[in-house]
Amino acid sequence: MSFLYEPIGLSHYLAVGAFLFVCGIVCMATKRNALGILIGIELVLNGAILNFIGFASPYFRDENLGLDGHLIALFVIVLAAAEAAVALAIALNFYNNHATIDVDRASELKG
Amino acid sequence: MQTLLPYLPSLLAIAVLLPLGSFCAILLGAQWLGAKGKFAGTLATTAVLASTVLSFFSAGIWFTAHPAGAVDHAAHEVPPVITGHGYTLATLAGTNVGINYYIDALTIVMFCLVTFIATCIHFYSTSYMHDELDDVVDQEALLEDGESLHRPGRYARFFQSLSLFCFSMLGLVLSGNYLMTFVFWELVGLCSWFLIGFYVERTTASTAANKAFIVNRIGDFGMLVGMMALWGSLGTLNFGDIDQQQGIFSQVRGEENHYALKVPDGMVRLAAGRQIEALALHATEPLTTEQLAAKVNAEMPVWREANLGYGLLIIAGLGIFCGCVGKSAQFPLHVWLPDAMEGPTPVSALVHSATMVAAGVFLVARSYPIFLPEVLLVVACAGCITLLIGASIALVATDIKRVLAYSTISQLGYMMLALGCGGWAAGVMHLVTHACFKSLLFLGSGSVIHAVQTNEMPQMGGLWRKMPWTAGTMLVGCLAIAGIGIPSVFGLPIGLAGYYSKDLILEQVYAFRSENPLWGSFFFAAAAGGACLTAFYMFRMWFLTFWGEPRAAKRFDRAHESPRVMVVPLVLLAILAVCVAWPAFSWFGLPTLSRSIEQARPAGIWADMHGALWHITLPEESKGHTAAVTSPVGLIELGAALAGIALAALFYAWKVLDPEDVSRSFHPLYHTLYRKWYFDEIYQAVFVRGTMALAHCASLLDRLLIDRLVDGLARLGVGLARLSDLWLDRQGIDGLVNWFAEQTYRLGSALRTLQTGSLRQYVMLIVASTVAMFLLISFWTLALTG
Repeated sequence: MSFLYEPIGLSHYLAVGAFLFVCGIVCMATKRNALGILIGIELVLNGAILNFIGFASPYFRDENLGLDGHLIALFVIVLAAAEAAVALAIALNFYNNHATIDVDRASELKG
Repeated sequence: MQTLLPYLPSLLAIAVLLPLGSFCAILLGAQWLGAKGKFAGTLATTAVLASTVLSFFSAGIWFTAHPAGAVDHAAHEVPPVITGHGYTLATLAGTNVGINYYIDALTIVMFCLVTFIATCIHFYSTSYMHDELDDVVDQEALLEDGESLHRPGRYARFFQSLSLFCFSMLGLVLSGNYLMTFVFWELVGLCSWFLIGFYVERTTASTAANKAFIVNRIGDFGMLVGMMALWGSLGTLNFGDIDQQQGIFSQVRGEENHYALKVPDGMVRLAAGRQIEALALHATEPLTTEQLAAKVNAEMPVWREANLGYGLLIIAGLGIFCGCVGKSAQFPLHVWLPDAMEGPTPVSALVHSATMVAAGVFLVARSYPIFLPEVLLVVACAGCITLLIGASIALVATDIKRVLAYSTISQLGYMMLALGCGGWAAGVMHLVTHACFKSLLFLGSGSVIHAVQTNEMPQMGGLWRKMPWTAGTMLVGCLAIAGIGIPSVFGLPIGLAGYYSKDLILEQVYAFRSENPLWGSFFFAAAAGGACLTAFYMFRMWFLTFWGEPRAAKRFDRAHESPRVMVVPLVLLAILAVCVAWPAFSWFGLPTLSRSIEQARPAGIWADMHGALWHITLPEESKGHTAAVTSPVGLIELGAALAGIALAALFYAWKVLDPEDVSRSFHPLYHTLYRKWYFDEIYQAVFVRGTMALAHCASLLDRLLIDRLVDGLARLGVGLARLSDLWLDRQGIDGLVNWFAEQTYRLGSALRTLQTGSLRQYVMLIVASTVAMFLLISFWTLALTG
């Protein structure tokens, strides 16, 4: 538990990211509500973004502008927004058809 | 006039091309030539008349420049010849093949002869064929329902063919190489086919046309062989020298050899191929081409002594003669000529008696320098047999045109016999005189047929009262062909045209007999006997037609003298038949026929010729003209002719003997002659049936063997295909493909159970597999790094 005493560095970023990621996964695995799953996805994405941010630290590497990790993080945020829009649209449609957003009821494409 | 000599080829070329122009004009523009092509006759006649004028003008030029008979053959002088090159068709191996001309006195004489006779016949035809101007009812062509055939007239087409014929014949005479000769040779054959088959709806006419054409092809095959022998060994087909290029004649009879016949170097070289090979192979050191050529030239006399190449020259000669056998209706290809009488009578007169059939004789005369004595013996034998066969069949024929046709065959036999015995001038002279009186006789018979509408002499008789002009001119023709003349008056024999030529022939055969007793006796007996037969059958024809009482009153009543346009040509030709050969013209400074022909005699044949393989000696022609020969032969000939006439008169005029009786008592002979020596039957049985049988055998072979083989193979193929379909395709390939499909299907079915549709499961699966991969990689890297 040494990193609890260290100043904030890469490992802290990674720990928080991993925590968020696991929370997201657990959320996706346990929720039946489509919106809950959507939230889990957002958590997973944000956990991943934290990794990018952490590795983009100027202390970690010498010769770079220190911006590429941040840019990728911005991209992922934009992607997440778009994904959320699409997923919400699917959820709405699903609700229109089945009067519920319980993903266990969505089994029409089952093999 | 002498200054015009350089223009002679052009003049003659125009004379050749005028009928071609008329042919083209009629062919392309018949509908503009008046109603039913009425002016086609006028056009064709004008063209050929212009050709005649040009020909006689050329003759004037020629004989002014080269007086007739002036060539001293004994001193090895060369006859005057103009050769030249008109147009090059192709250059092969350094030699030009093209349109050449070869003009000598023979060409000139033939031009005058052909054009004059053709003009007479054109004038005659304009009247004879006038039925063709309207629609024609052909009584002899019956339709299936027994009706006579109605068809539009073919006046224009008749003159179109006649023009083409004149063009071809004149071209043939003018041509200066064998290739051109062959082309025109085929063209006259084609015209002959058109004209024999003019009444094409009659089965007899179309069959006869085909027969003539096919029989001629047999001869032409031989001619091609001969031409190939010449081309292959001498590298040229030109008769004469053109532009320093040696022609065939000067290669065979070279100046250095005093124009005596020797096997040309080219032929020796070709025949001595093996020896030349040996020379080249057995040389101690490699030879250059020049050295080899020098060696070959040194060996040449030895090879020539060993008669190398002699056989090749014989083949060349026999080949050329073979073509002449077909065209001139010699035994054994004479069968087409009598059937050719199915054509209109003017055609018979022009094509099948006077000119085209004489083309064979002309070609023999033209090719005379290359004929070896052995070949000439074959020529003489063919001529002799033909002469006897023709004359004997003419004795019993009842169709007036067929009598004349067989007489033509017989006279052509005479010409060939004369040529074969070394009588060049005699043969050519008979060609000319025969053309005159035979065209006259045919036109006369046409006039008779026109009047009584039948060819059968038993339905004629007494016609001289109705048609005196025809009867008179025909009598002149009969006397001419019988060869009536008085051997010597004022030192010169006086007689009709046939007398001079037949006299020359008999004299030559007589001279031949003194050198070659065995062959000669036979030939002379045939020739003298033939003279008697000729007189007999001609007068039999004349008496049956014009003398005695009419045997078919209806036909006799309808008969009438032909119109003037038909009689005038008869009279002209009769005059020609009397006096064409008179030597007395020389008193007026005109070239006589015999001296004109004498001038054209090829260089080198004014000498005895000896065969190298057989003991044949061809006497030079002057040997026949000594007093020791001329007086007995002249008397024999006159005696034979008079005996023939007297016999005919006994049978048919005075009726002392009854022909029926005689034919009954010699029935087998009569029947054989009446059936034409069974030639048609034999040819039918041997060649036609033989060919058919052979074809049948071949078809049997095809059907039984080859077809079955092919069918069997096909069946085998089908069976194999079926087997492969059953086993390979269905079991093998189909099975494989189906197996794959099945397995894929099973895999798919197995995998589908994984698709539960539950999102959370998916997420868990992803997480679990990610963790598993992570662990796996961790362990792997751990294991690698140790």
